[in-house]
Amino acid sequence: MIEVSELTKQYGDKTAVDRLSFTVRPGQVTGFLGPNGAGKTTTLRMILGLDAPTTGTATVNGVPFRHHPRGLRHVGALLDAGQVHGGRSAAAHLAALARSNGIPRRRVAEVLQEVGLAEAANRRIGGFSLGMKQRLGIATALLGDPPVLMFDEPINGMDPEGVRWVRRLFRRLAAEGRTVFLSSHLMSEMENTADQLVVIGRGSLIAAESVRDFAARGTRRCVVVATPQATELAAVLTSAGASIEREGSAGAEKLAVTGLPADRIGALAFENRIQLDELTTRTASLEAAFMELTADSTEYLAGQPR
Amino acid sequence: MTTLTSVPRSAPVDAPPVRFRDLLASEWLKMRSLRSTPWTIALTVLFVLGSTAVATLADKAAGSGPADFRPFDAYPPAGYWTLILVASSMGALTVVSEYSSGLIRTTTVAVPARGSVVLAKAAVTAALWTAIGTAVSTGCFLVSQALVNGRHAGVPITHPGVFRPLVATALLAPVCALVGLGLGVLLRHAAATMITSVFVLLMLPTMFSDSNRWSADIKHAMVSAAWNRLIENWEPDPHSLGYSATVPGSWVVYVLWPLITVALAVFVVRRRDV
Repeated sequence: MIEVSELTKQYGDKTAVDRLSFTVRPGQVTGFLGPNGAGKTTTLRMILGLDAPTTGTATVNGVPFRHHPRGLRHVGALLDAGQVHGGRSAAAHLAALARSNGIPRRRVAEVLQEVGLAEAANRRIGGFSLGMKQRLGIATALLGDPPVLMFDEPINGMDPEGVRWVRRLFRRLAAEGRTVFLSSHLMSEMENTADQLVVIGRGSLIAAESVRDFAARGTRRCVVVATPQATELAAVLTSAGASIEREGSAGAEKLAVTGLPADRIGALAFENRIQLDELTTRTASLEAAFMELTADSTEYLAGQPR
Repeated sequence: MTTLTSVPRSAPVDAPPVRFRDLLASEWLKMRSLRSTPWTIALTVLFVLGSTAVATLADKAAGSGPADFRPFDAYPPAGYWTLILVASSMGALTVVSEYSSGLIRTTTVAVPARGSVVLAKAAVTAALWTAIGTAVSTGCFLVSQALVNGRHAGVPITHPGVFRPLVATALLAPVCALVGLGLGVLLRHAAATMITSVFVLLMLPTMFSDSNRWSADIKHAMVSAAWNRLIENWEPDPHSLGYSATVPGSWVVYVLWPLITVALAVFVVRRRDV
């Protein structure tokens, strides 16, 4: 269990994290979402005691993480896969970490096997691909068999097989009763992995709820209509209270209708003798919900004068 | 409300006691798992021994008078400035390499007791460089005496006036390595740390001379000046115009430099964001 209460971090006059409060519960995968620069990494670092909060508290299982003299049995964390020394072998890197926490040496071989790096155990980390470094970072997090695991952007640089493996791993760790907290700026990733979401923008909390609730409160349901009489249909639907957006290229034009359900659109078209080629309900994606909710709080928008 | 509710597990019950020697073992593993460590040490030792051979062979006066130990043949400044440079850089690298790669964050998550990490690194660095320093110091003595033996001027290691230069030279390496390590924690950047340690250990002492009281005081508070005084196995000339450092004062300098830099490092690392 991770509890964050009124957590604030200021760098000069810039507030990176602003009175953030949320709880991450065991037995579930909780996604930590926000656009780039939203304060995700700063929050993770404060939970891990690397950065001291300006005000507020963060505890892991009731204790500020910094109060533990040794950490690996309490929390496993992957912050950045590059935080290794390229001159050491994977096995030596893990062995040194294990030794510092009094973890038996055999765990090194076990976690390397677990993440699929057993073959590469004695190779220099400097020669690893980003995906391999991510696996090594996950191995580091698993080393102490901790009840709480935190991963910052764990999917970066992984191949599709690796992504599938890591999703299964997160689900399994949560099923074992552990607290799994993973950050990402990719909403689509959470759709497949997380049960709960903590969404932040510009350092403030936007939402803390289940993935399903979050998706539902995002974009209203949208119906896509293809018709040869687009202009007429658009006029009919607008007068019935819908809002219309035109999609696709000329000749294969489609209307994206929000504000009316598909059966109502079909009925209106029938009454007005308008031919429909296609009528599809597009369910709100998590991606859309995320974009909509964080639109006001995106730190760096492309094309925006800075 | 009952006190019998199960608490969430905060740590597995089989967690072993927290031991400082686990950190020592961990840092030693880190040190020896880098291929560059043995190579750098081997090349440095060879260079310093070579500088001793060159200095002894070039010293025409050696062997012309009565047999005595001539410390500047065995311990020539050129060779030992290199040792100061390498020891302080290697000491600094044990921490700076962690800061530049970000490994320090992985280390700090594994061991949130940051002060203990710095102390463990300092202990391992001190032990390694004391061993190297002792080997180099003894080796240089033997090389120089073997060469002057050809001129029948060699002295045994038990000769009066040999022991203090030998020990002071052996300890020069760990003193400089610890100063480098302390500065590395304080500055964190590789270039800044290297330049600062070279400046305070090698360049700064040359700015001050023995001819003024205040200037001499500053100079004598420097590590390389202290080493110079400690290997001089003769008493300073009482009629000399320059001020001379004292032997006890020079030992104090040897102790204070690493003590202060490492203590500052431990103090700062506990208060600063990683």
